[in-house]
Formats: sequence, structure tokens, C-alpha cells
Amino acid sequence: MNPAEWDWQTGKKTVADAGKWRNIFAHVDALYVSPDGETLAAVVQTEDLLFSVCENGRIWESRFDKISCLRFSPDNRAVALVSKEGLWTVAASGNLWANTYEFVWNLHFSAAGKSVIVAAVYQGRYLAVSDGVPWSDGFFSLSHLTVSPDGRSVAAVVQTVPLAAGDLAAFQKGCYTAAVNGRPWDMNFLNVWEMRFSPDGRRLAAQVRSTLYDYTIAVDGQPWAVHFASVWRPRFHPADGSVTAPVRVAGLWTLARDGEIFWDKRFVQLWHHQYTPDGRHIAAIVAPKFGVWTVAVDGRPWALTFNELVTDLAISPDGNRVACVGKTDGRWHVAVDGKPWDGDYDMVWPPVFSPDSRHVAAKVEKNGRFTIVVDGRPLKFEFQKAWEPVFSPDSDKILVKGMDDVNGIYTRRVVALPELSV
Amino acid sequence: MTKPPAKARPHFADEGIEKGVQKLTGESITPVIRDILKTEGGARLKVYMETCAHCGLCSEACHHYLSNDRDPKYSPAGKVRQTIGEILRKKGAVSPGFIKTACEIAFTECNLCRRCVMYCPFGIDVAYLMLFVRRICHRLGVVPQYIQDTAHSHAATLNQMWVKEDEWIDTLHWQEDEAREEIPGLRIPLEKEGAEIFYSVIGPEPKFRAQLIYQAAVIMHVAGMNWTMPATPGWDNSDMCMYTGDFEMTARLKKAHFETAMRLKTKRIVMGECGHAFRSVHDVGNRFLGWKTEPLPVVHAIQFYYELFRDKKLTVKQKFDQPVTLHDPCNVVRGAGLHELARYIIHETCDRFIEMHPNREHNYCCNAGGGVINCGPPFTKKRVTSNSVKAEQLKAVKAKGANIIIAPCHNCHGGLEDIIKHYDLGMEIKFLGDIIYECIKKT
Repeated sequence: MNPAEWDWQTGKKTVADAGKWRNIFAHVDALYVSPDGETLAAVVQTEDLLFSVCENGRIWESRFDKISCLRFSPDNRAVALVSKEGLWTVAASGNLWANTYEFVWNLHFSAAGKSVIVAAVYQGRYLAVSDGVPWSDGFFSLSHLTVSPDGRSVAAVVQTVPLAAGDLAAFQKGCYTAAVNGRPWDMNFLNVWEMRFSPDGRRLAAQVRSTLYDYTIAVDGQPWAVHFASVWRPRFHPADGSVTAPVRVAGLWTLARDGEIFWDKRFVQLWHHQYTPDGRHIAAIVAPKFGVWTVAVDGRPWALTFNELVTDLAISPDGNRVACVGKTDGRWHVAVDGKPWDGDYDMVWPPVFSPDSRHVAAKVEKNGRFTIVVDGRPLKFEFQKAWEPVFSPDSDKILVKGMDDVNGIYTRRVVALPELSV
Repeated sequence: MTKPPAKARPHFADEGIEKGVQKLTGESITPVIRDILKTEGGARLKVYMETCAHCGLCSEACHHYLSNDRDPKYSPAGKVRQTIGEILRKKGAVSPGFIKTACEIAFTECNLCRRCVMYCPFGIDVAYLMLFVRRICHRLGVVPQYIQDTAHSHAATLNQMWVKEDEWIDTLHWQEDEAREEIPGLRIPLEKEGAEIFYSVIGPEPKFRAQLIYQAAVIMHVAGMNWTMPATPGWDNSDMCMYTGDFEMTARLKKAHFETAMRLKTKRIVMGECGHAFRSVHDVGNRFLGWKTEPLPVVHAIQFYYELFRDKKLTVKQKFDQPVTLHDPCNVVRGAGLHELARYIIHETCDRFIEMHPNREHNYCCNAGGGVINCGPPFTKKRVTSNSVKAEQLKAVKAKGANIIIAPCHNCHGGLEDIIKHYDLGMEIKFLGDIIYECIKKT
């Protein structure tokens, strides 16, 4: 994914007329747009009652019995999970992987988009497949597929021991562990949940449960020496290799680092913590009181709170700003640095920072219409359907992807930020 | 009059209880219980235990008591006294044998149905007290085998039935294929971001009752709903961990469920016809996580079907022509007051409706709820014999002409099926979705 190579000329470009597709095909599924906005794609049903993918009006040559998932990779390729005669594989821009499987699911990409990774079943065994290459060994089951930022490492929670129905003792002895690139950790646990790779992809941290009551974090297979009443997903420090995770102590939540309590503050809830890029600060979604939600930076909660939820936490590239989506009394809001934007919406998508950290944009929905709000000001365009915005590398423009009218004409607009008007 | 000798409590062998108790000693029990009492036994426990006047008014509310010759052992206050009452009196210094009995009482002789709460002059929530006992049993590792296995499934797969990720998606494909035979343009939209509705179901639907997903897809399609189902864990709204006392897992399950809805940017969660799952999502699990209410609106199938008929999104082609009755499920009626909405749907879709008595919030529990049916075959006989009062209630409504029981709850179906079979009642059970699917105009 290199936005510098995209077309950043200001102006509007009509890319595709999905309305016409509906006249051609018996069925057109949900529409997807590439990150650069240059391609509109959908799963379509062809005249022979089979399925294919239509990209900007051009249909892939292959036909399939089923297509279970279509997404764009970060490098703008349409990728789908497809089935012919009961066997499944991956099709990228219409090109099929050589191997087929009993089933594939859980489509993942590396951050740059070069690697495509799925979970698969082959001859009754569960494994991961990266760019068409399966793990050499399979497992009794597989879940929580996790990909390193560069896509070179793939991890999953795997079951290494068969488990008979109702066998409580076997389960409590530990049947699950994490496997990295097909190699399981040495130690089994009752459970392993959501994992995360280090930024360089060489280490893996996971939530584990070693008895019915003891939760902790395991890093590269080694659990922390201390246990907690519960834990949430861990995260590596961007630079020093330490691992932090929300942990529950005496009925309240705080942050622990490498097995030791790190924050002195306690919360009714604390999750989804993130580091600033330099690792000097941590922001997290917290509930300082029951039913009261906000963001805390380094343990200090904002004064602004929401009474229903906070989600989609985002930190600016320079690490100085924090944004989130919040919901109060049934209405959705965007808040940046502890201050709410004026509008309230039926739904808000994750806020996006400009590369220079000065601007924030979010896709919002109100009364069935979509628009993009930048720094609290809605664009003058409204759409029947819209996709999430992208700032230009120089932060001077924003790419707006939307379907203007009920006819289904999809347009790509590049708007200079000074041109934005209410 | 001579008081009849008290009947001994019959013993039912259960591997989970037996093996769990074998690991206990008096010394190992007390610190665990004292820790729970100290950290989790707050004002609510104290108020309830100190307020109960042992008046016995709760007894007549309990189907276990009524079905066991009004034996006081089975009265709500009696069960409290035999379990948490004794634990408090002895300050946690109880024996392994005591825990064994307390476990069986809390897990198989109380459905947490809260009928007794309505009869208590002080509104004491016996379900809370029995759950407190189950929490102690969980922490001591003494839980009936089948429901503990279900809790293991929840932990390993985030669903109730050991359904693997691929099996879930494959089942949705299969149901979509089947439904497209009937309605060619129908889709079960997977992972549709921005859909208005996240339709969530319980684990047994893909495992045993996949036709309910088919029927729901037809209803969604006919009503023109903008809906989706996830292709990831988090699809299952059920929660037996809430009933085993593993509240940490309950929190994990509900986090996955709500965060799946948030990830998909859906505006509300519509749930299938399940009672306990509604309790977990709408009332219990959300609060364990710190949400005061639901972070996103949670709509039970009863509310949803009501909306669809009220808003004329569905129209009836021909009403169901056999007389029907309604079993009001505890968790959506006493728990959420949906009884009149259920009757609205029945009047829209059925020619003749016959009330069973008692009904609405006074209805008797099916004796499956509260995780009791999930304790499995070792307790099936006990479960059906401890609900003869339900059998009598059904017999009476059958005598009035109703052979079809509508029960908008999965556990109620299981419980009522066993009662019908054991007492040879010859009645049939349906979900509201069965009736709606059968009666609506589909084109």
C-alpha cells in the first residue's frame, strides 16, 4: 500500500455504474471499493446461476459455485474465497491459488497487502495458508488467525490434543496452544485467545488461561509468573519489547507490563489500549465508573464521557492526539483530544488521522445518507453509500469515495482540504 | 396429626460433581468460600439473607416444591437455607459432602426462573442466591459434567456447541442454498458492514436446528430487512457460563458478541427465540463488562416479529388453523415483559388461541431453564418428575383443545418436549418463527 502512487489530482472521477450491473446480473451482492478508490467490485450471479466477481464492470473469467467473501487487499487487489465443485481456494484479481481445500475462511492481509492469508481445512486437519502455501502440519482445530505486520509470520490458536465429548479432565489439562508458522508452542493451556505479534513479527503474545480461574499473558509460549482474574488482549511496546495487557485485580481493571502492575489507576473496565508510535504514551478505552465510558491517556481519563460506549480508538501518527467514537443516549459521536464534535449521528466509522496529525476524518451516517466529516465539519457531499476516507500523503487532500445517487454511480473525489465547506 | 417422615433427597450420579468433590477437603473449601464471601458477597447478599423471614410464601411459587409433594426441602427458602444459609452460618467451614448436595440443589433444583421473587413480600431474588451458590461451586471445581463441558465449549470456541469456525460459515451457506431453492434471490448476508441488523443465534441452531436459520432468513428477506450474520466467533449469543458461575467467561462471551456487532457497524442486535441468551446479553453479561444497559439495542425475536407485523412488513397468507397455546418463557416474560407482544403475534398468525393457566409472568417454568437441562441425562428423570405441575397445566390446556404449544425459547422447547414425552401428553411444540414462516406471504 503506497498512497503516494495514487492519483491525488483534485476533482471528481466517475469510476463505475453499479446500477447497470443490476440489469445485467441476476444478483449483485454488497459493493466494495479498493483503498485507492479506483475500483468498485461486487460478487455477482451470472446467467448460468454461478457466481463471479465484477470489477468496474468487467467480470472475472472464472465462475464459482460459491463466493463466501470478497475484500480488497491494501494493495488494491480484489480477493475472494471461492468454491468450485465443493472445494475451496482463494482468487486474487481472478487468479486462483493452485491448491484447494475442504474449506477456507478468515481472509487476512499483511499491512502492505502483499500477503494473503486464510484459515483452511485440508483432509480434516486445520491449518493456515499464506499466499497459497499451507502449513506443513494441521491441527484438530484452529482459530484466532493472527498475521504479523509484514505478513511473514502467521499465528493461530490450535488444538494439539484430541478431546472427547464431556472429557472435563482432558480439557482442564490443556488441549490448546498457539502455533506460529505451523509450529506449536511447547506448553498447552486450557485456552488461548486473541494474540498479537511484536512490530517486527518475531515474537507473539497471547491471552491464556492455565486453570479455570487463572488468566495471564504468555509471550512466545512462556506465561507471566503472575495470574489475574481475567486479562484482555496484550500489546508489544513499539521499541523496547515489553508487553502490556489489561488485567483484572480485585474486581477492577488496570494495565500490567511484563507481569507487573503498570498503571496505578483502577477502572471498572479497560481495554483496547494502544501505544503512541514512539511508545512514550498509552491510550485506552476505559470505564472510570459503572456505565461511564471515556478514553484514558497514561491512566488519566478524559473529562468527556459517554453513557453507552466508546469504540474505535485512534492515535495520531505524531502521537500527540487521540480520537474515538462514543455513544450517548443512542446517538453516535466523534471525540478528539477529549472534545466532542458538534454533530451526532446514526452511526460513525473509525476516525482517521492525516499523516501530519493535524486533521481527523470519519465516515458518518444520518437518516440513511452518508457523508465524511473532517475536523467536525461535514463535507457538502452526501451519498447513498460511502467508504472510509483516506488523506493524501502530504495531508493537504482527502480521498472521498461515494455513490452519489440512487442509480448506483460510484465516484472518486479528491478534495483539497482548504476547499472543504459546511 | 403425625408429621410424615421427611423424604431423603434422591441421589443422582454425575461425573462432574463426583470427581470435583473427590478433590476437596474441608481445609481446601473454607478459604475459597471465605474469599468469595469477602470479595463478592456484598450488600445484596447480606440484605437478602438478613431479610428473609422464612414465611414460606415463596413455596407455592416453585414448581419443584409443588411437584415434590410440597416437600419443604424444595421450597425456595428451604433451598436457600440448605445452601448459602448453611455456608454463612458455618462461615464457609463446610464439608465436601455438603458441597456435593449444595451443588445438586443449586444446579438442578432451581431454574433461576424468579417466579418466587414475585411471591416474596420483600422481593428477595432467590435466583441471585442460588447463582451465588453456583459461583462457589464453580470456584471449588464442582459443577455437573454436561454443563461444565458446555462452559468449556464456550471458552474454546466462543459458542455453546463446539461449533468450529468453518462449520458455522458452512452451515449458513447450506441454509442459504436450501432457502434459495424456495426463494431464488434470497441471501444470508455474511459480514455485511453497515447493515441495520446483526442477527444472532444460539449454538444449538447451527448444530441441531439449522432450519430456524433458514426460516429467519426467509422472514428477513420477505420483510426486506437490511441484515447480516458474522463469519467470525461472536455470532453465538448464548451463555451457559452465566449459569455455571464462571462470570469471567460470561464477560468474555458478551464482549465478543457486542464487539462483533460494533465491528460490523450494525445498529442493533436481533436475537433468535432464546430466553437465557436474552438474559445474558440484555441484563447480565453487559453489566459484568461495565455497560449499564446494552451498548447497542438488543431486540428479542418476539419484539422483532411484533415490529414486523405492526409495521406491515409481513402479511399473513393464511392463518395457522389449529388451536394453539403459549408457554411464556421466564427470561423474556418475567425478565423483560414481552408477553403481550407474543400474544399480538399469535393473534396475527393463528386462528384460535387458548391461554394456559397460570400464564404471562405467573407461568410455570419449563424446568429446563437456568442451565438445568444443560446438566444433561443424569438429571433428566429428576427434571421431568420435578415438574408434574407443568404437565398438569399442559393437560388442562390440551383438554380445552390446544395441541400446539408455542414456546419462543430453545430451552423451553427441550424441557417441554421431555415433559410431553414423560407424561405422554401427545402435544407438539413450535417456535413463533415456525408459525410465521408457515403463514406469511412469501412473494
